[in-house]
Amino acid sequence: MNMQMTSQVDSASDAAQAGPVIEARDLNLVFGSGETSVHALKDINLNINKGEFVSFIGPSGCGKTTFLRCVAALETPTGGSLSVNGMTPEQARQSRAYGYVFQAAGLYPWRTIAKNIKLPLEIMGYSKAEQDQRVAEVLELVELAGFGGKFPWQLSGGMQQRASIARALAFDADLLLMDEPFGALDEIVRDHLNEQLLKLWARTNKTIGFVTHSIPEAVYLSTKIVVMSPRPGRIHEVIESTLPRERPLDIRDTPEFIEIAHRVREGLRAGHGHD
Amino acid sequence: MKTVVAVLTVVAAIVGLWYIACVPMNIKGVLDAAERAGEQVEPATARERREASALGLVAQNSFAIDRVWSVDRPRLPAPHQVVVELWQTTVMKKITSKRSLIYHAQVTLSATLLGFAIGTGLGILLAVGIVHSRVMDMSVMPWAIVSQTIPIIALAPMIIVVLYSIGVQGLLPKAIIAAYLSFFPVVVGMVKGLRSPDHMQLDLMKTYFASGNQVFWKLRLPSSMPYLFTSLKIGIAASLVGAIVGELPTGAVAGLGARLLAGSYYGQTVQIWSALFAAAILAALLVALLGLIERVLLGRMGVKA
Repeated sequence: MNMQMTSQVDSASDAAQAGPVIEARDLNLVFGSGETSVHALKDINLNINKGEFVSFIGPSGCGKTTFLRCVAALETPTGGSLSVNGMTPEQARQSRAYGYVFQAAGLYPWRTIAKNIKLPLEIMGYSKAEQDQRVAEVLELVELAGFGGKFPWQLSGGMQQRASIARALAFDADLLLMDEPFGALDEIVRDHLNEQLLKLWARTNKTIGFVTHSIPEAVYLSTKIVVMSPRPGRIHEVIESTLPRERPLDIRDTPEFIEIAHRVREGLRAGHGHD
Repeated sequence: MKTVVAVLTVVAAIVGLWYIACVPMNIKGVLDAAERAGEQVEPATARERREASALGLVAQNSFAIDRVWSVDRPRLPAPHQVVVELWQTTVMKKITSKRSLIYHAQVTLSATLLGFAIGTGLGILLAVGIVHSRVMDMSVMPWAIVSQTIPIIALAPMIIVVLYSIGVQGLLPKAIIAAYLSFFPVVVGMVKGLRSPDHMQLDLMKTYFASGNQVFWKLRLPSSMPYLFTSLKIGIAASLVGAIVGELPTGAVAGLGARLLAGSYYGQTVQIWSALFAAAILAALLVALLGLIERVLLGRMGVKA
């Protein structure tokens, strides 16, 4: 069952928004050609509206990261259309429309945390005063105030990843793309960061695209869960979350949460069945 | 403490082997001198001794063993002879004296440093070009590699002659030979260093829509620093070798190379060895100095000490 997604504006999000932030129509991406070609994305149709938190979940090879990279114009689709803020992904990249958080924090070891966060600001030509002010703001946002002068190796893995999120938040991009940002962290740290991320999302009202392997993480965070399946990479099902936007960690023990997690698991299983 | 003992043990072993090696190396010379002085040696004539093995001579003339470490022009000088020579030609001589090793070392050092500066500058420029241009990568790199397959001892006289014919002499030809040897490790290390940022870091720059210049100054150049310093250490040692080799074919009157050459003309092995040691000490000092600069700079860049 392939649920076609049309604009379903979340009551909490901005209904006045002209169009979806991300709109994919029959998107295809084939790597290589001939017998060795890989169909990484097949007929992707998806709308993401402003203020949504959308998770992409699926086994490796399902194209979830590839889709995110297409949105970021780090990969070029071979067919169909994709728009970001009404522009092509390339135009969106050039207008610095999104912040991207990678699986590894990727902080520069020769820069302090504050200087790392300044990196995009320096590149984008923000004034010195503006840089300092924004660094202070985002450090506070990810609860790293006071750590600006530390070097990355002086911080734990979880703190480093928070710093890399702060780096992606430092400039004015309404869209945050996160590629398994907490994949390398342990469960407890991960829970904590998930909770923080939700708060941050509520405060900033950003649109978030989030790639993950973890069912509880996807269900806990998302307003919309995109279940994908591999070979060729395609959307198997899109599940709208019925959970409230306000989510304490113990919401994960409610029947509603367990019900959604169950649906995601069933979707993943069915998606695998196509092989 | 344990490591100090271990290091000293190794040094002592090397010095010990050296002293032992002096015995067979110098025994013939000692016996020749003894024969001339009218002493009874076995076998009695120089011709017979030439046929005999060194170890055999040592066994037959054990009275002469203690003399092998104090020969005037030994085949292999004893360590203390070299140390005494080093002391007398550095501390005990005025720096302006033509017999001062410090004077000669300073002549070689200036050519080394100039050559090192030229070589490093050229190496970095070439590396930047190679990393940014595929054409340069394919056209320059092979020549850089080929250049290092030519023995410098064969090339040095030609460089001197060619430069002399266009009126360049003195410090510069030596520096150019030094640069010729030192640019290569810098190119190789710097290319590796500038290419060291991984895909993720380059992608990150792409998401910021950073220009090529920004990627270079903010990512590639800082990433290359550890590689650069490794190359610089190899480069400066190579530079010193180049400067010394550059002094050999010119019949230069000053410099460690000139000192080596003079020593070999007159059979002054002690002088040769002390010049060799002076060169080695100079190289060690230069490398240590670079190591210090590296520590300070990378430390300031936040690299864990």
